[in-house]
Amino acid sequence: MERKLDLDPAVIERCRRAAAAVADFVIGFARERSTVSIERATLRLMGVGGADAEGVPLVNRVVEAAAARRVLGRGVALSFGAAMAAAGEDATGTARLIASGRVQMTAPTPGEEDAARERAAALAEAGCERILAARRARDGAIGRLGEGERPLLYVIVASGNIFEDTLQAKVAARAGAQVVAVIRSTAQSLLDYIPEGATTEGFGGTYATQENFRIMRAALDEVSEEVGRYVRQCNYASGLCMPEMAALGAVERLDMMLNDALYGILFRDINMQRTLTDQAFSRLISAAGDLTINTGEDNYLTTADPLKAAHTVLASQFINEAVALRCGLPPARIGLGHAMQMDPWMEDMFVLEVAQARMVREVFPEAPIKYMPPTKHMTGNIFRGHVQDALFALASVMTGQGIHLVGMMTEAMHTPHIHDRFLALEATRMVMTAARHLADEVSFRAQGRVQARAREVLAQAAEMLDAVAREGLFAAIEKGWFADVSRSPGGGRGLAGVFRKEPGYWNPVEDRLRAQVIG
Amino acid sequence: MKPQDEVGQTVPRAVPPVALPPGADPHQVRPYGDTMNDGAVQVSFSLPLPLNDEARETARRLAGKMGLHDILIYHEADLGYGFSFYILYGKCRHTVDYARVVVPKVSTTRMGFEEINAFIRERVGRPLRVVGACIGNDAHTVGIDAILNMKGYAGEYGLERYPMFKVLNLGSQVPSEDLLARAVEFRADAVLVSQVVTQKDIHLTNLAELVDMVEAEGVRERVLMICGGPRITHEVALELGFDAGFGPGTTPTVVASFIVQEFVRRLH
Repeated sequence: MERKLDLDPAVIERCRRAAAAVADFVIGFARERSTVSIERATLRLMGVGGADAEGVPLVNRVVEAAAARRVLGRGVALSFGAAMAAAGEDATGTARLIASGRVQMTAPTPGEEDAARERAAALAEAGCERILAARRARDGAIGRLGEGERPLLYVIVASGNIFEDTLQAKVAARAGAQVVAVIRSTAQSLLDYIPEGATTEGFGGTYATQENFRIMRAALDEVSEEVGRYVRQCNYASGLCMPEMAALGAVERLDMMLNDALYGILFRDINMQRTLTDQAFSRLISAAGDLTINTGEDNYLTTADPLKAAHTVLASQFINEAVALRCGLPPARIGLGHAMQMDPWMEDMFVLEVAQARMVREVFPEAPIKYMPPTKHMTGNIFRGHVQDALFALASVMTGQGIHLVGMMTEAMHTPHIHDRFLALEATRMVMTAARHLADEVSFRAQGRVQARAREVLAQAAEMLDAVAREGLFAAIEKGWFADVSRSPGGGRGLAGVFRKEPGYWNPVEDRLRAQVIG
Repeated sequence: MKPQDEVGQTVPRAVPPVALPPGADPHQVRPYGDTMNDGAVQVSFSLPLPLNDEARETARRLAGKMGLHDILIYHEADLGYGFSFYILYGKCRHTVDYARVVVPKVSTTRMGFEEINAFIRERVGRPLRVVGACIGNDAHTVGIDAILNMKGYAGEYGLERYPMFKVLNLGSQVPSEDLLARAVEFRADAVLVSQVVTQKDIHLTNLAELVDMVEAEGVRERVLMICGGPRITHEVALELGFDAGFGPGTTPTVVASFIVQEFVRRLH
């Protein structure tokens, strides 16, 4: 990538070193632990699906049963393998028997252990093969159809009803959308289970379920053929069920998942030990499935001051990158989130915005940055907002972004109506077509405002990352260094679902994925 | 204009308080484009119809039923999958008598940080206790945090920063029963509820339920009930049984001024 900002490689290197120290701690911490959601994701990839008569997913029932019999510390797979041998049923059939109490989750006797392992490993192998099959299908479709110009135009659908969503998604795809993200119902990040089946009611979004994933994928496959380019589906590997979401996403051929190291901690008050442990496993699955992750820095500056805190976004991007690399995700699949929430009325806002947008591209040259116009300054004035979004579309295309979240003039009003998306895509496409090769023609004046702003933010990020590495990530979060939000290691939701791996912990899915991804 | 001397009192307005442009009739107000009373309106919408002559005529007739005449469809687009989009202009045949419009308002006098603290110190003699939460499934704490958090909003400190407020911010997704229990335990003088998610009017359901619960518990008279959010108005709040409602852009001193003045008013 052409270097237009004269950023000091030594400062970038210093940031990477500090982020590496933070990520090593996070990964080390996560490796010693597992969570109920990791174990449930393991069961899902071993083929357990469905729910009991009360609508509780069987994977939840099995993990609860294992915890009740105190065998969860060695991982759910081993005792589940033993239960299968006892039940003589397939994975879901066995889970039903466990849920109804007819088969127990117990540690196998030494004599039974080999058979239990063999069964569990075979199921894990089959699950990992499903991930690879989805990956091959995606590669095939993109190879055949292509996916159009970059940045990929990313829009959301969020009607609450998956069947309305598919209509909205297809219309959006015809209007030029290349990525359709289904926004989840507002409560879902804090649910400790994944609902089952197709859903038609949600609040502020649509529930993420395996069936909804399938329904949307089928609709997008249909429209992909019609428009002659592959349209990606995005959802969330986040919240309390992060690993399970990643597992279902990888199996049902989602192409992108929002997955941030700190977002759930800061903005949903999910316990940091839980999220960071879930994170490592989720990213391993995403790496195996060749999914692109999108990180959530675009929300930081909705709470913090964009001018003073721009470096916190960059610092978090370094941390997200370092953690993702350690989970086996290649740089080209790390869609770092970037939105500076610049106040459009500030003098030279556009100058600073271009500086920051370009800075992130040069610091992370291979990452497909997910660029977002400022949502914080959308007011209900749809006319001015439409122009504001166009302005940021120009910043995006002239700095070479990878994924462009198409701003909606009705942001802050309602989830987009069918023509909101149509008009926003039309305007964005016009701007990007008109300025397609502007990036090639632009260079920035030595020591000018753009270069100075980029250097300033980078230098502040380096200071911050050094401090985070010195203090530790937990302490930094507790001190409110990210997004001005303070969270404690023992606080927030979901800590009870975290446990230390006991000696002899075994997870055939993790072993298999790790062998594939990291070798 | 009747005097508005009593805090929290809403007073119907008899005559318009502002001078109107020449030619405007306060008893028959119509939209204005470039000629007085021309009624000019712009409307845009989509129809679940593929774009064709009949669909276009359907759009035009719908605009007629909305009360428009001289309708011109200036732009149309086929969205695909049986949908079409229209931008049209027309002239509104309806009028409204502005002079008879009454909107309930929070009519407290806005005070500053020091003034509010001094007011509580002198008139109450102890800190006022405020509990806040986002109830139901709502995970968006931005509104409640703007009013309560130390940092505040739009350059004003939040209530946590006031020495004369004791604040308990319960955060997001708090069940109404928990909020009520905590408010009773905290001996709250005021309860602040934020509702950002409004899909399918869930905010109204949640807020009405909370008021019912507070009344059932027999503590309604002891607390000021205040709600806020992007689609909350004072009028809606009053209808739901709250004492006040605040919409987008409300700053901490506005809410704090209402709490202290209304609390003191009720002491008498």
